[in-house]
Amino acid sequence: MDFLNALVALSNFVLVPAIAYGSQLALGALGVTLIYGILRFSNFAHGDTMAFGAMIAVLVTWWMQSVGIGLGPLPTALLALPFAILGCMILVLITDRLVYRFYREQKAKPVILVIVSMGVMFIMNGLVRFIIGPDDQRFADGERFLISAREFKQLTGLKEGLAIKTTQGITVVVAVIAVALLFWFLNKTRTGKSMRAYSDNEDLALLSGINPERVVMYTWLIVAALATTAGVLYGLDKSFKPFVYFQLLLPIFASAIVGGLGNPLGAIAGGFIIAFSEVTITYAWKKVLTYLMPESLEPSGLVQLLSTDYKFAVSFVILLIVLLFKPTGLFKGKAV
Amino acid sequence: MSEPVKNTLLFVLVGALILLTGFMQSWNSALMILNMGLISAIMAIGVNLQWGFAGLFNVGVMGFVALGGLAVVLVSTPPTPGAWTAGGFGILLALLLGAATIFAAVMIAQKMPKGRMRTLTMIVVLVAGFFVFRAVFDPNVAAVEAISPATSGHIGGLNLPVLLAWPAGGLFAAGAAWLIGKTALGLRSDYLAIATLGIAEIIIAVMKNEDWLARGVKNVIGLPRPVPYEIDLQNDPGFIERASSLGLDPVTASTLYVKLGYSVLFLIVLLVLLWMAQMALKSPWGRMMRAIRDNEVAAEAMGKDVTRRHLQIFVLGSAVCGIAGAMMTTLDGQLTPGTYQPLRFTFLVWVMVIVGGSGNNFGAVLGAMLIWFLWVQVEPIGLWLMQVLTAGLPDGSALKTHLLDSAAHMRLLTMGVVLLLVLRFSPRGLIPEK
Repeated sequence: MDFLNALVALSNFVLVPAIAYGSQLALGALGVTLIYGILRFSNFAHGDTMAFGAMIAVLVTWWMQSVGIGLGPLPTALLALPFAILGCMILVLITDRLVYRFYREQKAKPVILVIVSMGVMFIMNGLVRFIIGPDDQRFADGERFLISAREFKQLTGLKEGLAIKTTQGITVVVAVIAVALLFWFLNKTRTGKSMRAYSDNEDLALLSGINPERVVMYTWLIVAALATTAGVLYGLDKSFKPFVYFQLLLPIFASAIVGGLGNPLGAIAGGFIIAFSEVTITYAWKKVLTYLMPESLEPSGLVQLLSTDYKFAVSFVILLIVLLFKPTGLFKGKAV
Repeated sequence: MSEPVKNTLLFVLVGALILLTGFMQSWNSALMILNMGLISAIMAIGVNLQWGFAGLFNVGVMGFVALGGLAVVLVSTPPTPGAWTAGGFGILLALLLGAATIFAAVMIAQKMPKGRMRTLTMIVVLVAGFFVFRAVFDPNVAAVEAISPATSGHIGGLNLPVLLAWPAGGLFAAGAAWLIGKTALGLRSDYLAIATLGIAEIIIAVMKNEDWLARGVKNVIGLPRPVPYEIDLQNDPGFIERASSLGLDPVTASTLYVKLGYSVLFLIVLLVLLWMAQMALKSPWGRMMRAIRDNEVAAEAMGKDVTRRHLQIFVLGSAVCGIAGAMMTTLDGQLTPGTYQPLRFTFLVWVMVIVGGSGNNFGAVLGAMLIWFLWVQVEPIGLWLMQVLTAGLPDGSALKTHLLDSAAHMRLLTMGVVLLLVLRFSPRGLIPEK
């Protein structure tokens, strides 16, 4: 019984939140890694692209709520997601046309493109704050829990409860669908294959008659869709605040690099590695250990390795370790 | 128009903008812009050393600036009575133990033969070291933080003159930069960027959460200052007499006097650093740095130790940022870790360097002054613009209120547009590198 209680406590506080957070990071990291693979630079504006997409979702959700459109137990934001993706796609295509294309034609060095993306970051950040303001916005509605702690206790008779938020369930489901679609697209369709070819060897791809502008356009479209989905899921799960999305940049980059930049599978693995380490290292293990250990050995403190405020430090340390021992990432990424 | 004339005119233009602020708004705001502009210029010189001279992509400026601010607290505030005996030495011991653990792990990584044995020993050493560290660290921190938590609860400083804190801020930043450089400089440029971005966030997280160090988010206020207090000046009959002879009331005169005092101090530091940076740029060392920047492989073939030189200039540039951070905290009179934001302290400095002209010290200074002026003045200008634009809308309409409220966020938008325009149409900046 104690073992079961420990397991439930572990799932409630570590596994479930980490899986949800990991899915969000993985979606974000996929966007970063695709841009790196095709356009060959680290996009500092990615966090703010997520914020922009999520902002449109918030606005559309509010409008839908005001006219009474809803999904019943599911959050209305899911209905708003397609509109948000569309809006975000328009924004990134405009950005590419006005800003990035010029440097692509010049064959500018990657580091110049990174600085350019800093400028784009400023503008997107300003736009988001200009339209919706810098404050916290809540837009989640519908049923709060798939299963609440109390129901679970009644159902199983255990001392520990397991609560799964609807948003956590939706995050995982949507992330799985998005990743499946992405891999189907990359592996089965003609455009997807030309994208992979372009990423592997630009010159060879050009020689075989692949239109680079088309590849780049599709990349941006996919990145916009992934970024918006990640942004909306994160906003649903926590809450929408522009500055938080900027801060997500670090764990997202860490996920992409740990997995191997330019490698989509790696980005997913990296997202979960970062999420699980962040949650396990900042979790206070006292509860779980109390169930598992004999009474005489029960821990007196919280058994928390690091306070939650240092979660950035965790992703950073993992990043450093991987970079020092395996510079191309766990899955083989590319190095420009 | 010849090069020097154009550059002089650009500086005159910035000077005129600040004077205009003085005439149109108030001399206090003009001096405030000037003071922060001077500090920004020093930060820009630091970033220019790294990016302009050596091509190192450091986006952790915020962290080094914050470390400089921390130095002010640790050097110039009076020590908290009893804090050192209660737990200060214990904390030091714990930190030494932590450092020893990491050192041991690094030694093991270098000395032992590669294999499972090495990995296992390293993990054992690290885990054991971590628990010993926490066992010594936690009770001592609790002891220090228990000392009158409402007013202090930190170990306090060394009670030295505040001007000494400025070089100390540089040293703090240099130490951190050495550690980061040692681990991250061998990596590719984007990785260095991500690493510095991360380290800056961690430095801020440490300063926010380690209350024993500088009270965390509870802030340290009332830091000593190198210039007299306004209230003392206002009570000084000699000062009032001089003020009235200039036709100023004592309150305005005292605030102006204090700000001017800061301006003079900052200007001295800026000129010294600018002179040093110019000398470095012209020296064989500076030429070597640019050679490494332009072609690492060729420089390495000439026998230059690229990684070592990179480490050197990374530490130097970060130290300059640290000095600027210490100066800024002195000017504010308080350390508030919650206010450090990457957009303001890292990316804005980058805009300054790029706009001014990377690789040119005068460009960096000019860019810093100009961009800081814009950063401050875009808000009122944006508000005015919005008022003009929305003049036709009825008062109290939702759109009008929203637009007027959002005018404050115009500055981010403006900075982005300025950066992109300069990168596109004048990528070498206002004063290009020679």
